[in-house]
Amino acid sequence: MTVSANPQYIDIQGVEQTFKTKKGPFCALQNVNLKVAKGEFVALIGHSGCGKSTLLNLIAGLTLPTQGVLLCANREIAGPGPERAVVFQNHSLLPWLTCFENVYLAVERVFSATESKAQLKARTDAVLAMVGLTAAAQKRPGEISGGMKQRVGIARALSMEPKVLLLDEPFGALDALTRAKLQDELLEIVAKTQATVVMVTHDVDEAVLLSDKIVMMTNGPSATIGEVLSVELARPRNRVELAESADYQQYRKAVIDFLYTRQAHVEKLTA
Amino acid sequence: MVSAVFHSPLEAAAPPERSALASIAAEATGVAAPTINMKKSANATTPSARTAWDASFLWLRVLPPLLGLGLLVLIWELVSFGTGASIPSPKDTFLQAVTLFSDPFYRHGPNDQGVGWNVLSSLQRVAVGFGLAALVGIPVGFMIGRFAFLSRMFNPLISLLRPVSPLAWLPIGLLVFKGADPAAIWTIFICSIWPMIINTAVGVQRVPQDYMNVARVLNLSEWKIVTKILFPSVLPYMLTGVRLAVSTAWLVIVAAEMLTGGVGIGFWVWDEWNNLNVKNIIIAIFVIGIVGLLLEHALIRLATAFTFEEVKS
Repeated sequence: MTVSANPQYIDIQGVEQTFKTKKGPFCALQNVNLKVAKGEFVALIGHSGCGKSTLLNLIAGLTLPTQGVLLCANREIAGPGPERAVVFQNHSLLPWLTCFENVYLAVERVFSATESKAQLKARTDAVLAMVGLTAAAQKRPGEISGGMKQRVGIARALSMEPKVLLLDEPFGALDALTRAKLQDELLEIVAKTQATVVMVTHDVDEAVLLSDKIVMMTNGPSATIGEVLSVELARPRNRVELAESADYQQYRKAVIDFLYTRQAHVEKLTA
Repeated sequence: MVSAVFHSPLEAAAPPERSALASIAAEATGVAAPTINMKKSANATTPSARTAWDASFLWLRVLPPLLGLGLLVLIWELVSFGTGASIPSPKDTFLQAVTLFSDPFYRHGPNDQGVGWNVLSSLQRVAVGFGLAALVGIPVGFMIGRFAFLSRMFNPLISLLRPVSPLAWLPIGLLVFKGADPAAIWTIFICSIWPMIINTAVGVQRVPQDYMNVARVLNLSEWKIVTKILFPSVLPYMLTGVRLAVSTAWLVIVAAEMLTGGVGIGFWVWDEWNNLNVKNIIIAIFVIGIVGLLLEHALIRLATAFTFEEVKS
């Protein structure tokens, strides 16, 4: 993917995140510095509890850092907003609304000031068609499969035409086949929309297959960025061809080496 | 559920139109049937479920409730026998009930009205008191749930006032409203407001954080948050509050009416006690029980209709 002229579209500077807990302050992230270029696909990978989601929430603006600054397009991130759309791990669709209404809620919020009702509906239909859910538009989340729900979640995020797409382990709860299918769809959509993407994952293959840059995080508490790996595989990427590619194997090995040799996860018994 | 009693195995093989009608009828009887089975088995009246009509169904679903009722009648009969019929026997009571219900809506002066009028006027009091409580309690619950400050402010008040027996409020009502009827309504109001406030507030506090995150990411207006997220997700809690409130109100109205007099099922019980008409008292107990059961059952059905699958993480 061609990376545009702005190499620091998202700019994270010296971010620290401390949570107050009953046992005193808990430092989740420390001294995190990261730059994401416009149009870049970045994966955050690390063991569970290493603060990947915390970092994503910071970029989303759902939480504010205790120290440091986060900039998006040269403006400080002071709170959540539709220009930084989030796809949540558990889809977070409203169960009393149909798929159409779930997406429409987002579309309406962003575009109702400038567009007519018919245009808003057309937008919603278009984005549902993009994720292949036209047939399920009038169904409620309880009536469709997990993969379909996650696609509605992605459609809702995409419908806002966000500058940044934030994905929090979007495919974590899905079976391997559905996950592969949605990854391919996501690759196509991202290629089409040229979106800047930050994705949290714990799946090495997913990280290598999808991203331009893999940000590997050290173990918490006080986690930080251990290493950043640039994935220079040509796009469009094909998972079948890549499976035999030596480059792909090398990237994969680099990540595995980081995760399992240098940052081997130590389970703490005292939670 | 009891509805399945009305279906023979032949009906399962009946043409679709007929079984559709039968299932509607079953739904209707399912609502009215005095059953304490609160599970969603009413939904089981689909044709496939009806073919499951067999010995085990009879054994598990039909026989136990019938045996329970039978046991009640048996004990009643024994007690009646033991007390030398000062407690009337089930048969005498039943015969009395038949005459009573053959003319439920007569009026012979203010202190002698049909059982129908008594039940209706009690229900009316409950409806007014309960309606006012809902009008006040649900918005208050929303506010308390939404704002931690208000929650801390009102929690001590609620904790202090909630355990007070509603009847203790009756004299205050009589004093302030200078009338029996408004005082009874006031009592219903004060006893049904707490479950609605508390359940609504808890519901608001328990709105999944995910939904609120969605609201924040989409940057929804407060109005949209209330109508699209808070209200639908609080609704099941609110309806639980409503159900508890109605049950309490129905418990309280009988006692309140005994004290205030007038027309009403509670007053009727007291009046029949003064007449030493024990048969009518027993009938009144059944009527109160059945009406309470119907109220409860109707609200449970309402609640299940508005309960949606939660997001599972």
